[in-house]
Parts: sequence; C-alpha cells; structure tokens
Amino acid sequence: MVPFNILVAVCLVYVGLLFLVAFAAERRAERGRVGWLRSPLVYTLSLSIYCTAWTFYGAVGYAARSGLEYLTIYLGPTLVLIGWWVILRKLVRIGRSQRVTSIADLISSRYGKSNVLGVIVTVIAVVAATPYIALQLQSVTLSFGVFASGTPEGWALPDQSATALWVAGGLTLFTILFGTRNLDANERHHGVVMAIALEAVVKLVALLAVGIFVVWGVADGWSDIAARVHASPIADWPLQPGRWIGLTFVSAAAVLTLPRMFQVMVVENSDERHLSTASWAFPLYLLLMSLFVVPIAVVGLAELPAGSNPDLFVLTLPLAEGQGKLAMLAFLGGFSSATSMVIVAAIALATMVSNHVVMPLWLSLREGGARAPGDVRGLVLMSRRISIAAVLALGYIYYVLSGGSAALAAIGLIAFLGVAQILPAMIGGIFWRGATGTGAALGLTVGFLIWLYTLYLPSFGEGGLLSARILAEGPWGIDWLRPQALFGIEGLDPLLHALFWSLSLNTFAFVSVSLFTFPGPVERMQGLAFVNVFDHDPGARGWSRGGAEAEDLLAMAQGILGAEEAQGFFEAEAQAQGKAGFLPETTPDFIERLERRLAGAVGSATAHAMIAQFAVGAAVSAQDLMAVASEAQQILEYSTQLEAKSEELARTARQLTEANDKLKDLSVQKDAFLSQISHELRTPMTSIRAFSEILKDPDLPAEMQKKYAGVIHDETIRLTRLLDDLLDLSVLENRKVKLDVKVANLHDLISKAVQAASNTRPERQFTLHRDYPAEHIPVITDTDRLVQVFINLVSNARKYCDAERPELTINARQRGGRVIVDFIDNGSGIPKASQRLIFEKFARLTDTARAGGAGLGLAICREIMTNLGGTIAYLPGQGGAAFRVSLPVRREVAIDAAAAE
Amino acid sequence: MPLKQPRFLARQSYRRRRMADAARLLPLLGVFLVLLPILWRPAESAEADTAVGGVYLFTVWIVLIVAALFLSRLLSAPHTQDTSGDEEPR
Repeated sequence: MVPFNILVAVCLVYVGLLFLVAFAAERRAERGRVGWLRSPLVYTLSLSIYCTAWTFYGAVGYAARSGLEYLTIYLGPTLVLIGWWVILRKLVRIGRSQRVTSIADLISSRYGKSNVLGVIVTVIAVVAATPYIALQLQSVTLSFGVFASGTPEGWALPDQSATALWVAGGLTLFTILFGTRNLDANERHHGVVMAIALEAVVKLVALLAVGIFVVWGVADGWSDIAARVHASPIADWPLQPGRWIGLTFVSAAAVLTLPRMFQVMVVENSDERHLSTASWAFPLYLLLMSLFVVPIAVVGLAELPAGSNPDLFVLTLPLAEGQGKLAMLAFLGGFSSATSMVIVAAIALATMVSNHVVMPLWLSLREGGARAPGDVRGLVLMSRRISIAAVLALGYIYYVLSGGSAALAAIGLIAFLGVAQILPAMIGGIFWRGATGTGAALGLTVGFLIWLYTLYLPSFGEGGLLSARILAEGPWGIDWLRPQALFGIEGLDPLLHALFWSLSLNTFAFVSVSLFTFPGPVERMQGLAFVNVFDHDPGARGWSRGGAEAEDLLAMAQGILGAEEAQGFFEAEAQAQGKAGFLPETTPDFIERLERRLAGAVGSATAHAMIAQFAVGAAVSAQDLMAVASEAQQILEYSTQLEAKSEELARTARQLTEANDKLKDLSVQKDAFLSQISHELRTPMTSIRAFSEILKDPDLPAEMQKKYAGVIHDETIRLTRLLDDLLDLSVLENRKVKLDVKVANLHDLISKAVQAASNTRPERQFTLHRDYPAEHIPVITDTDRLVQVFINLVSNARKYCDAERPELTINARQRGGRVIVDFIDNGSGIPKASQRLIFEKFARLTDTARAGGAGLGLAICREIMTNLGGTIAYLPGQGGAAFRVSLPVRREVAIDAAAAE
Repeated sequence: MPLKQPRFLARQSYRRRRMADAARLLPLLGVFLVLLPILWRPAESAEADTAVGGVYLFTVWIVLIVAALFLSRLLSAPHTQDTSGDEEPR
C-alpha cells in the first residue's frame, strides 16, 4: 500500500513536471523554434484528450457491466477520423481561413457572424460540460479514496465531497496558470498542447502496463483470458441494436462537436497535413487504449470480492495483487486523463464565454463602444480566468447534486448527447448553402431543451431537480409529456429515447425553418465561403466601402492585439499598398483582413461588431452582393496576367500620386521657405538697425544704452542660431558630417536630454513617465547627436502639448539589433494631413511667435537619424503626438550595409 | 463557373482522384463492418460470443487503421502536376 501522503506528493511533483514542460515549450515557441512542437505526432497525441478518466477508469466498469458495448465509444471517433477527407479536412480548412477560435465561433461565423448563435452554442457547451467535469472530479476523488481507505492517518480527508472540492480548486488554479498566461492572437497554446501530449503518453503507458500485468501476470496469456471471458458473467454479448447504432453515432458526433476536441483538432492545428497522420494514428491510439479493457474487467470480476466498484478495477486489481508501484502508475494515468481533459475543456469553454458573452456585453455597455480607447486584453484575460473558475464550480455542483455515485460511463454519455445537438447546425453549415441562422438557432434550441428535459434533469435522480411524480406521471399529470416517455413511447432506454427525440426534432426544426427563411447578405457570403472553402475564388467581400479612419482602427486594434503586433500589421499592410508609415488606406480588402485578425483574438461576431462601429454604413447590402456577382463574372474574362499587371500599375500610380503630392507640397514649401527665411532674417535685422540708430544718439542715458545694446546682442544671437541650424542641416544633408562614435547607456542619454530640455517653457509642470529598468541598453553611436534628437523631441512636447495636465511617456526597448525609443505626449496630436510634412524644413504647424524657432528642429532630427543609420517617424493612434526613434545598436554595421547598396 | 478544365486526366492525377474517392468511401465501409454484428443477433443466441465478437471488432479496427494509413500516405504525398482545380490542398 502506498501511503496517502506520498500519493499527494507524487501528484504535486507530476503537476510541477507538466508546468516545466509547458514552460519550456512556450519558451521555444517564443524564440520561433517551433519545430517538433508542431509535429504530426504531437498533434495526434493532443487529440487523445478524447480519452478522459471515463476511458481510463470508466471503460473497464462499462465492460464489466455490459460487455463489448464500451467499444462503440471508440469506434465512433475511429469512423470520423478515417473519414477525415470528408468532414475534418473541411473543418480544419475553414478553421484556418476564418481564424475560428471555438466551436461557438464556427457556428456564429457561418450564420452571418450572429452573436445570438454564439451564445446558444456557448450555453449548450457549458451545460453539457458540467456532467463531464463532474465525472473527472468523481473519478479522481474515488481513486484518492482507494488509497485513503487503508490509511486513516496522514492527510486522509474526512469525506469525498471535501476531496472533490480540493481537486476542483487545484485544477482551477492549474488551468488558469496554464491557459491564460497570455492572449494569443491565434488562440494557440504551445505549452498546453505539449503538456497534454505528455499526459497522453503517461495514460497510455499506465493502462498498457496494467493490461500487460493482468494478461501475463495474473492470467496466463490470451488463451487463458479467452477461457476466463467464457466463464465470466459477461460471456454472452447482449447486443441491443438500438444502443449499438445510437452510441456509435453519438460518439462519432461528439468527437466533432465537443468543445475541447474542436480546440485541439481545429483551433490548435498548425498544418493540415497533420490530419492525415492523425487519421490512422489516433484510431490506433484508441485501439491500444481499449485493447486490455475486457481482460481487466473479467479478471477483476473473478479475482476481486463481489460488490467492489468495477470503475476502479484498474486501480484495485494491482493493489489486490500487492503491486503498489503499478497501482501508483495507474493512479497517475487516471490523474493525467482527468487533468488534461479539464484543462483543455475549461480553456475552450472560457474562450467561448469571454468571446460571445462578456465581450459583446462590455461593448454594448461601455460608453463609446469600440471607439473608446483602452487595452481590452486585460479584460479578456480576466473574464477567461473567471469563466474557468465558474465552469469548474458548475462541475463541482453537479457532482454534489448527483451524489457522486453513478457509473462513470452513464454520466459521460449525457454530456456526449448534449454537445451532439450542435451537429446538425455544423454539418448543415459546412455542406449546405441553404442553411440559415434562424433555422440553426431554432434547431439548436429545440434539441437542447429536449435533451435538458429528457436526460439532463432526470440524471440528478428522483427527488433531484425533477420530482418523482413528474417522472412517473408527467408535468401536471399530462401523460404524454413524461420526460422519459415523450408522446407515449414507453419502454425505450432513457438515453436512446433522449437521443431519438432531441436529434430528430433538432434536425427537423433546423431543416424546415432553413427552407422557409431568407438569409441576410453577410450570412449568404459566409455560407458561400464555408461551403466552397476549397475553391480558390476569394469570393465576395464583407465591406463594400472602406469609410473608416485608419488611425482610429489602429488605436482600437492596439487595444486588442497589443501595440507592437497591431503596429506591425498596419505597417505591413501599408507597405503592401505601396505606402510608407503606419496608416494603410482603408480599402474593403484591408478592413476584411483586419477583421479576420481581430477575430482570431476575440471571435468573429465581436470583431465584426467592433469594425461595424467604425465603418458605419459600409456593411454590404443585397444589392452590393448582386453587383459583386456580375463584376466577378466580368473579371473572370480577363486573364490573370492582366489582372496582376493592373494591380502593379495601381500600386505604382498610388506611389506616383503620393510622390506628386509630396512634390507639390515641397514646391509650396520652397516658396514658403524663401519668404520664411527672408522674414526670419529681416525681423532681427530691422530691430538691430533701429536700435543701432538710436544708439548713435550721444545723449542717451547709460542704462538705456545698455538695454538697447542687449537687444541688439540677443537679436544677433538669434540670427547666428538660425544660420548655424541652416549650416548644420546642409552638412547633414550632404552626409559630410563627422560622427564621434562612443559607447553609452541609453538611460543616461535620455536623462541628459530631459534635463537639458527642462528650460523650455520652464513654467509648465510636466509629468514624465519613464521605465528606468528598461532603458538600460548599451548603444554605440554618436551620443551627442542622439541627445540632440532627444532634446528636440522632449522640448517639442513641452512647447506644443496642449493638455491641461501635460504628460510625456518615454518607452525604450530593444528589438533584434535595433533600439526603439517612443516619445508619446497626451496632447491633441498632429492632424493627419500634416503628419507627413512635419519633418520638412520650415514646416511649422503653429504660428512663429509661439514656436520661437525656425521650424528646422525635426528636419535636423531626421537628417541626424539618417546619418546614424536609424529612422524617426510619427506614430499615429497613440492618443497624442508620438514619435518613434529607431537606431541600430551598433552604428557601423548599418552604415556599411547602407553604403553597400 | 466556366473555368477551363481538362476533360480527361493524366494517369497520375486520375489515380489520385480515385484515392480521394476511396478516402470518402472508407468510413462507409467502416460503418458497415461495425454495424454487421447486429445481424448476428448475439443477444438471442445461446453460445457465449463476447470473445468472438471482441476478436472480430478488433480485427475490423486494425483493417480500417491499415487502410487509413495506406490512403493517408498516398494522399499526402507531394504531387507533381495537377492544375485541374480539384479540391486538392496546395
């Protein structure tokens, strides 16, 4: 007998190991070395979360009670997997092209990005998951109980309910730490997948070890097992055709619709080719898991005292034979099965709850909707954490209410049938363009309610949620509404009865309502995109006109994707359009891609709703659809080459237009420059002339003389400074500047600049936000010049920031071989039209008097940065004026590379 | 859509399409074999048939796995030229 304390310690060590594996996998993935983390083997092993504690403990119990029927649960998924070419391949392709985040997202996205459907599927999935999670709690609790019963001392817990509470609490903490560390734009969890792959190996090894021990250790090989089967109570095979067909069907449906299976099979899939490996490897895994079930069952029935729980044979058989270590391994296998299921199921459900319930609610409640700035990611993560805790709490409540005594397989089947209600809407959605959202919503609701009434509620037992009277006589004595004998059909097995009525009425409602309703434009487009996912035709677009401001979209995207990723995406899009900077043109194509990107983080319905708030009036209409259709016909007539060429031409034209605009602006500026420079030179000259004439007067009092001389002195200094700047600029522009390269700490440079700039408008109180630890980055460059740029930016902020309580944020970080420093103030920023002019000479946005300079500052900054091998750019969408300075850590390398070009 | 498609395919592409057909039909064969024991009516027969039934089901299972392995190898092999616009993954 293994002492109970050691058992708990082993569990904790095992969990610690899982953490290490997950952590290491995430570290590898972060460094971009995905490699074997995403191999077909890992994918197949991750699918094994289909085998939960139900398989590990329950299958033996199932076999001991009803013989070979347990095989239906594994033959169903086998049929789906070997038929991968038909359904799974399509699902995975759709999942990737639409960036689907969960099964609720799939259904909602297919039927016009309707959030109502997302909510319905989420509710079904959460309710159906409760018995399943209760099953895991029950099996872990029972297995703890096996070890605790012999040892009254130590940490043995007083009763099962308390153990289950501890287990539920531990699993909650574990899942939150595991699954919600970060918000991944693709909803891919490398660490989690790696950990469940490891758990898959542990449970397979454990079950095989027990099986081998039973067949060759206790019995005498396969022939002895065959003899024992003949002698056992399950020698005859009481095959019930209805249950055989029904259970095979339900388990085949469940492998497609269980939220956790969808998560690992579709969402976490990184390569479609992995599916073809899994098509035979996963059935093989299932076969190995069920190979020794019957031997363990018959040997357990024969060897163990009558009345022992057959669900625990895997554990009690080795214990009865005195194999403590084997029992320990079996215990770990069961523990693995339960934890991996709970982790993935909770993550999948939490994603659904946060994307389809919390986010839409928050969007509609918040003032300004998606337009209000702010980081949404914290909210999403917090709502996921709370959802995980809530899902596990529901499982625990089910466990307590149902008394924790039912056979494991019976509980699992209730959950299977619950999620199978999603099947008609899913299959109809990917194969039938005529399926409509109204039909799907109605079918799902009807199926869900019938399942709830005929199977879920009665599962709490008599005196549970449905009284014994309702079960026997129907509500209000209406005979044909009895939960387990609807419409007077009696004598059917309760599971089969629920299966028959729920799925048939579900399908009937779905199909008949679909036939008589008319889908909206978005729905029709999504239907086309889903059903014809393998056609290469890009299809119609969801937005007919752009209309939204790129800067607003960037600000919103930053809140969801994170600043760096959003900026990267916008920059890449702008580049693809042939534009520089961070703001692409808001073409329908761009908006479509942005929406997909956002959908990967918050689900398609929420992403669509968020974009819709910006692109008001730009959503596609039925007329647009027809127009697109005829347009598409015309386009087909052109050869692809012509199309590519015209695109190229359009891009060039766009670049030319941009260059032309800039030239026009420059010519205007040139004129302005001349008048500006004349003005700049003339004003001090005028006053110098005037005052020197006054000074000629010999009668002037001494103090007046002194004063006027001072004025002349000041004006000459101003003149000199202007001329210095001009000279500096011309030297920099001609690349003749001598750089004085030194090693310095970026932190010191920034501090120096802030100090030096503090005498610009010293009367203003400025709040400065700096992240000191992040600033300590060594740079090898001309430090004086760099400081000059920093001083200019800081004093610009001091001069122009028009906020009542001015604040300046300085962010510094190193990315690859480059150092990036952002200067962001909280003023009103620079209007879009002026953003590309500010780096030109004499470009001043406000009047001269206020600026007090010649408008050469930023032009000099830009030239300095070019000389240092770096860049300076205006960063839009930061809620104020923002400048990004970027330079190489080592200056020489970049310059040499530039020189080589 | 009036895309130009060849009416007859080269030998290799032809084979490949038939293998895709086989992959579509394999689950039907599987359903047939798995549901076959219903016709034996093991519940009504007198002899003990759990052992025989178990051997039968596991044999069917292994056959299906081997067939799926065979098909997945054929279908995921990189194919040289197939511009027919069939729903092949690229």
